Parts: sequence; C-alpha cells; structure tokens
Amino acid sequence: MILRPRLEDVKIIGYYLGKIILGLALTMVIPVITGLAFKEINPAFDFLIGLEAALIFGLLLTKVCYTQKDLNWMQGMIVVSLSWLAAMILGAIPLYLSGHWKSYLDACFDAMSGFATTGLALVQDLDHLSFAHNLWRHLIMFIGGQGIVIVALSLFVKGASGAFKMYVGEARDERVLPNVISTSRFIWLVSIVYLVLGTLALGITGMLNGIKPVNAFFHGACIFMAAFDTGGFAPQSQNILYYHSLPYEIITITIMILGAINFKLHYHLWTGNRKEIFKNIETITLFVTIMITFCITAVGLTQAGSYPQALTLFRKGFYQLVSGHTGTGYQTIYPQQFINEWNHLSLVGIICAMALGGAVCSTTGAIKMLRIGIIYKALKEDLKRIILPDKAFIVEKFHHIKEVFLEDKVARSALLIALCYFILYWLGALVGMFFGHPFLNALFESTSAAANVGLSCGITGVGMPTALKITYIIQMWAGRLEFMSIFTLIGFLVAALRGKK
Amino acid sequence: MFKKTFCLLPFVLFITYNLQLTTCFSQPLSSTELINKAKLYDGRVVYYEGEVIGDVMKRGANGWVNINDGQNAIGVWISTSLLKDINYTGSYKAFGDRVEVTGVFQRACLEHGGDLDIHAQTIRKINSGRLRPQRLNPDKKGEVFILLGVLISVWILNLLKRK
Repeated sequence: MILRPRLEDVKIIGYYLGKIILGLALTMVIPVITGLAFKEINPAFDFLIGLEAALIFGLLLTKVCYTQKDLNWMQGMIVVSLSWLAAMILGAIPLYLSGHWKSYLDACFDAMSGFATTGLALVQDLDHLSFAHNLWRHLIMFIGGQGIVIVALSLFVKGASGAFKMYVGEARDERVLPNVISTSRFIWLVSIVYLVLGTLALGITGMLNGIKPVNAFFHGACIFMAAFDTGGFAPQSQNILYYHSLPYEIITITIMILGAINFKLHYHLWTGNRKEIFKNIETITLFVTIMITFCITAVGLTQAGSYPQALTLFRKGFYQLVSGHTGTGYQTIYPQQFINEWNHLSLVGIICAMALGGAVCSTTGAIKMLRIGIIYKALKEDLKRIILPDKAFIVEKFHHIKEVFLEDKVARSALLIALCYFILYWLGALVGMFFGHPFLNALFESTSAAANVGLSCGITGVGMPTALKITYIIQMWAGRLEFMSIFTLIGFLVAALRGKK
Repeated sequence: MFKKTFCLLPFVLFITYNLQLTTCFSQPLSSTELINKAKLYDGRVVYYEGEVIGDVMKRGANGWVNINDGQNAIGVWISTSLLKDINYTGSYKAFGDRVEVTGVFQRACLEHGGDLDIHAQTIRKINSGRLRPQRLNPDKKGEVFILLGVLISVWILNLLKRK
C-alpha cells in the first residue's frame, strides 16, 4: 500500500531546499563583484536580479516551511533532486538576461549542463560574452562538480545525519573522513588548492602563449574550474583549439585526470600513501580502459586516414579520448570533424570511453571505474565457478583503499547502476533518431549528455528541437545524480497522487 | 567570320572555365564550408573573412589570430609583421576589426599538431572595430529595485514573525 506523503514531509523538504537555495544565492555574489571589477554594469545587474530572486525564494521556503526536524532518507533524496532543478532554474536567470541565449529553455539547458558538469552548450556569440557571465558558466561547473548540496553542507547544515542523506543522494557514497561535513570541507580544500595551482600553471602558460596577463589568468581560472570538475565549458567558442598550444593541452589533460580521481584517493596521496594509486582498483581500471579505448580509436583514425602523421593522430586522438573518458568534453577539433573525418570505429572508441567515466566520489559522471572493476571481478568469479571443481572455495577480492571481499550485493548494485546508464544512453539515442539523426551520431550525443561529458558531434545547437533539448536536460540531471534520488522523487510524486491517507 | 568564331571558341571556353575556377576560390568561404569540406580545400589557397576575436597571440616571428565569421572561429597563423593594422579584437567591450585573409588552408596542419587552420599570406582590414557603448539598461535597473523591495519586505516579515 502506498501512503500519501504528509504535510510535514513537504515542510521538511521545503526547509532544506530553501537552505540550499540560499547557499546557491550567495555564490552569485562572485560574478556581481567580477562584473563591477571589470566595469560590466549590465552583467552585474543581471546577477543582482538572479541573486535577489534566489534570496527571496530561499527565504520564503525556509520561513514558510520552518522546522527543526532532521531529514529521513526519502526526504534527503528528494531535497537533492529538487535542489538541482531549482539551481538550474535560478542559475539560468542571469544567463538569459545577458541576451546570449535565444530562449529561457536554452539558458536552462546551459545551466543544467554547467551544474551537471556536462559541457554541451547553446550559448550564442560566446566570443563577446562578458567576464561576469563567463565566470558564472565556469563557477557553476565548479559548484556542481563538488556538489550543490556540499556547498550548503559546508556552510549551513548542522545536523550530521540529515547531511549524510543529502550527501549520498548527490551520488557520493563514500566518505573521505568519518564526518560528512568534514568530508565536504576536505573536498573544498582539495579543490581550492588545485584551483590556485592550476590557475597559476594555465595563466603563466597563457602569458607565454601571447595572451594578455588579465585574460591569461581569467582563462586559466575558468579552464581549471571546467577541467578539474570535468565540465568542458571554455571562455571562447573554439574551446581548447583557441589556444593552439601543446603545453596548454598537456596541462588540461593532467587537470582532467586529477578531476577524474576519487577524492578519497586524493586524501591518501596528500597524506603520503602514494602506493595506493598503483594498487587501487579504480586507477588500474582507468588505465586499462583508457588504453583499450584509445587502441580502438587509434585503429579507427588510421583506417580513416584522418591524420597524416602518427604524432598528430596521437595528439588529436588521445586528447579527445581522455577528455571523453574523464567526462570533461574539451575539444581540440570542431564537432563536425567527428562526423566528417573520424570513421565509425574511432567514434565507437570515444563513445565507449564516454560511457565508462572516471572514479566514484570524483567530479565525473557515467558508470564509473569502481563499478566497471567490480563487474569485471564478478564476471571472473562466476567464470571460476564454472571452470573449477564444485568443491573449490572461490573468493574474489579487490583493493579500494583497503582489501575488500566481493559480495553479491556489491556486484548487484554495480550492475544495476550500469544497466540504468545503458538504458539512459539508448533512450536518448532513440529520441535523437526519432528526430532524424543517424544512429551513431544520436548515440554519441546521447552518451555525451547522460554521462555528463560534453563532447559534441554537432547535434547540440540552437536549432535543435525543444523535445531533444528537454531530453538532454533530463539525461544530464539523471546521469549526474545516478538515478536513486530521481527515482525517489518520482515515487514521492506518485504517492502524492495515488497514495492513501 | 563563322570559321574565325569557331576557331576562337575553345580558347574562349578555356578562359571562361579558368576564370570561373579562380572566381570560385576568390570569393570568401564560410567557416562552415571550410570545416565541412575540409578535405576538398586542404592545401589550397582560400579567402576567409571575419572578425578578429580574443587575443592576438604572438609566438616569435609569427602569431595566432582567431577569426570568427559569425558561424565558427578559425585560427590563422600569420607573420607578426602583417598584424600591425589590427587594433581591435572582439570581446564583450569591443567589436573586433573585420579582416579578409588569403592563405593556405590546412585540414590537419602538420606544423601545428593536426589543427585545422589557415596559414595566411596576406591580410586586409575591411572594417575597423570599435568599442561597444556601455549603457545601463533602465529595465534591469527597475527590476533590481523592485526585487530589492520584495526582498526587504520578506526579510522584515520574517523578523516580525520571529518577534
């Protein structure tokens, strides 16, 4: 029997949602200051409008739904799924007011793409966008990559129990430190230290490449935020191709890989346990899958004769592949070149890489390395059961920070999430094909959206049908949150409509 | 007379055909055309026209400028001596100089790691860029003050409720 949610449930959800919106509103102060610093008056006003709207909405929710009760699992999950939708709607306000997005839906598309660290974009005339708006596009990737809820956890939420439920709802099932709030603060510490180092490295490289100092460091900060959070937005329309620089490509590849590593592994590296990187199931799986998918891509590119030299083939092929595998979406080729110059085999290599993703408890999307490693181990265990005698005692282990025995429920959970992702990739591809796109192109773009990658083969554009835009928004949202909180929201809505009092 | 015309016909046809070819490539090509038909134009001299955007990135005797024709931006590798006339580059605060570039189109440039680019031979400024006027939009100003009023009201109501 389904029970209809109580008014108290709605109040608790509303109260915590309000807190998260207040946290989000405060982040809009940064582009306001940037706009004023660069004397961009209209952009600063766009963000003031967005800031005020978010504050009003957040204040109203926290006061109307005021409660002192802590969240239960269902409420925590719903707060997370709704806060991502609220972030999209409120975060899109300043974007739309800039006049660089043709409709509010387009602005919402880019806001969700930013928060979910995808990188697909519908912005118009990006090369004339203000510093303030450009910073916001990258900042939302930085916020979304760490997790919108983590911003609020670090600032506002005191109750550790409710905090943990929201933390899990945001697709993070691992705690770096025993307390979830300490974990959130550690994630921010890691990100900010890398932000400073990455911005310096990219800024100095930019200056050496001939970019003016202010622009070099601004681009450096933006590119770092989008690369570390495996987002894929860039301040210029040509993406990374704008810089025409090998050092820039090497630095961004390093940052993308750092972003694709588990924060727990960062913690162990920081505390001196460097051997962990060579033993961890995630890093080993990441290395193996990068090698396999790159081989597929390289054979495809050789067959197609896309690049005349092995070195150029490696530079172009490896960059797009690592960008796809880590879920970043940075490109050093034009989207149309995927279709015109890359053959089907090379596209399959990139699609596989995008579908796999990076580490759990990192900023990437997709199935993720731990699950791929576990599925492989489970398959190996089952094969052993078939081959070895019945009396043989078979135990499979994997190393993830510590030695872990492979249990059926762990393998089942990994397989279920992987299955959900595959369904999501195929559903998006079906919708793309419904609008007349060839199968491989539709699958490429759909996987890119659902796995929060951002590589595009040219389907994503302003002229795209509204239904396809909405499909990709849902894919980005569901892919980022790893389904559970969205399933809970759907269940809550069904219970509200059909449940008994 | 007829015989003379008949003799000249192949010559006229040859000239017309060549003129047509030359005109075809002397028209500015769009970035979309260049990217979509990159194999066709690879290694050929093309004319490309657009606005200089972003930074002029000098690298020794040559440098990069990115030129946007309204559809895409393409990188142009050019001698720094040819860049003297460029005064404005496109950004939020300025419209960049509009230029016409003649150069060799490279689908996957060997010199530049496989980039799709143009190695410029000549560059000509068609229109000078200019600073964009920065005027405050009165509608936005109004919206900010209305929302501020609502925000203060909500805040005061909350304070009263708490008392």
